[in-house]
Amino acid sequence: MTALATAAIELRGVHQRFGEVVALANVDFTVNRHERLGIVGPSGCGKSTLLSEIAGLIQPDEGTVAIDGATTPRERLRRCALMPQRDLLLPWRAAIDNAAIALENRGMKNARARERARPLFERFGLAQFEERMPAELSGGMRQRVAFLRTLMAEKDILLLDEPFAALDSITRSGMQEWLLSALEQEPRTVLLVTHDVDEALLLTHRVIVMSARPGRIVRTLETDLPRDRPRRELVTSPQFAALKESALEALEL
Amino acid sequence: MNEEATDLTPTQSEKNVRRIVGRFGPPALVVVFTIALWEIVIQILDVPTYIWAPPSLIAQTVQERLPELLHHGGVTLMETLVGFFFAVFFGLAFGLLLHFSTMARRALYPLLIASQSIPTVVLAPVFVLVLGFGLWPKVAVVGLFCFFPIVVGTIDGLSSVDREYIRMMLTLDATRMGIFRRVEFPSALPQIFTGTRVAATYAAIGAVFGEWAGSQSGLGWQMLQAKGRLDTALVFADIVFITVMALALFGAVSLVERLTIPWARKGG
Repeated sequence: MTALATAAIELRGVHQRFGEVVALANVDFTVNRHERLGIVGPSGCGKSTLLSEIAGLIQPDEGTVAIDGATTPRERLRRCALMPQRDLLLPWRAAIDNAAIALENRGMKNARARERARPLFERFGLAQFEERMPAELSGGMRQRVAFLRTLMAEKDILLLDEPFAALDSITRSGMQEWLLSALEQEPRTVLLVTHDVDEALLLTHRVIVMSARPGRIVRTLETDLPRDRPRRELVTSPQFAALKESALEALEL
Repeated sequence: MNEEATDLTPTQSEKNVRRIVGRFGPPALVVVFTIALWEIVIQILDVPTYIWAPPSLIAQTVQERLPELLHHGGVTLMETLVGFFFAVFFGLAFGLLLHFSTMARRALYPLLIASQSIPTVVLAPVFVLVLGFGLWPKVAVVGLFCFFPIVVGTIDGLSSVDREYIRMMLTLDATRMGIFRRVEFPSALPQIFTGTRVAATYAAIGAVFGEWAGSQSGLGWQMLQAKGRLDTALVFADIVFITVMALALFGAVSLVERLTIPWARKGG
């Protein structure tokens, strides 16, 4: 397979301005199929803007964004699912109805959509929580349901916008493990935006470090860490420390 | 669990009783106290009953003239309900139109707000001239009274939806209609109900205004007759009926609200 055939996301010279503010300057990168790419950067470096561009919610002022070769916003929207930092579960829908909403959006009857969602609840450790209302779930649980909702859109590309930023650090560690195992079962092309360097290094294959406004890429790190080792060993390994130092250096921290 | 601990824990029904007493007890006490004070002051000062009727006389009047009061109450209730349902229907429809059509919103929303400077009450005689002395002029007044809060509740509710939800729904393949059905409308419901509850309190008053402008029956008509005969107790009896009607409609809307949108229930 050639690199071109496997590129799922391709950005070329993307510029984005909001009035006087340059949010993104000359951003180039590609993400291969089923690759997980992390994007870290300080607040306001245009990380979320970048995800909106890719998802097709906004169009860059200059440059092109292609998803599987498609460049129109409509085609991009069709191929991406976005998971925002806030879980955004609809409070009037039970967990399972929230998770299945993409199927209903595509015209499937509620009963059938629920049946399709049910096995996922079991596989991802959410059995017994199907009928709970969002208000009855903990922050971590809500975020899991939000991720299932994203997964159930049945799109190859998942855009995760600081998905665990609102969680406490212990819950977050658990969620990161959970996400890894979920993605092992359901491989997807993932773009993970975060301001947590550890999170980016642990969850992705490659990390892009961005500078503050205007957002541009200042460093790219290959993270090939051995995934079979427990987290505590990984984060204390010299390899991890070297990657982290490099990332922090690029962030000028 | 040991038995002593269970004895101290209130059962569910005890909790319910406590909740109801806690909620309705204090206002009920104020009402009882006010009525007692009213009765005592009038007895002590020996105020003539045609100037200010004591609660005991009002109660007696209600009892003696109940068939009459019920007849006129029924007329007013009908006007109130028909007008209110018209307002709910057209208020929602108009709100939706302004939500979906940018052009309609630009053209009509400023006019809708400006129209509120027209006192609806002064239109009542016009409606009587155009629509006669029957049900419809009252329905028109009630409808106009109730229309505005419902429209505003609908428009504001629909437009104040968090943009993030819409962005998320767009990446989950939602159509315009899907976003409306699954996000915008449910999240607008609390505000729509707030507008409808406000409308419910206006509705009965609207019917009475309509009757004052010209009618042959109804509580408003009965009030005018009673006033002419210096039958103050009957005037008060009519006021009691109108108030109960307004409260009942308000309560009915609140009940529907609680059943429809349990997720929006605020604490307490």
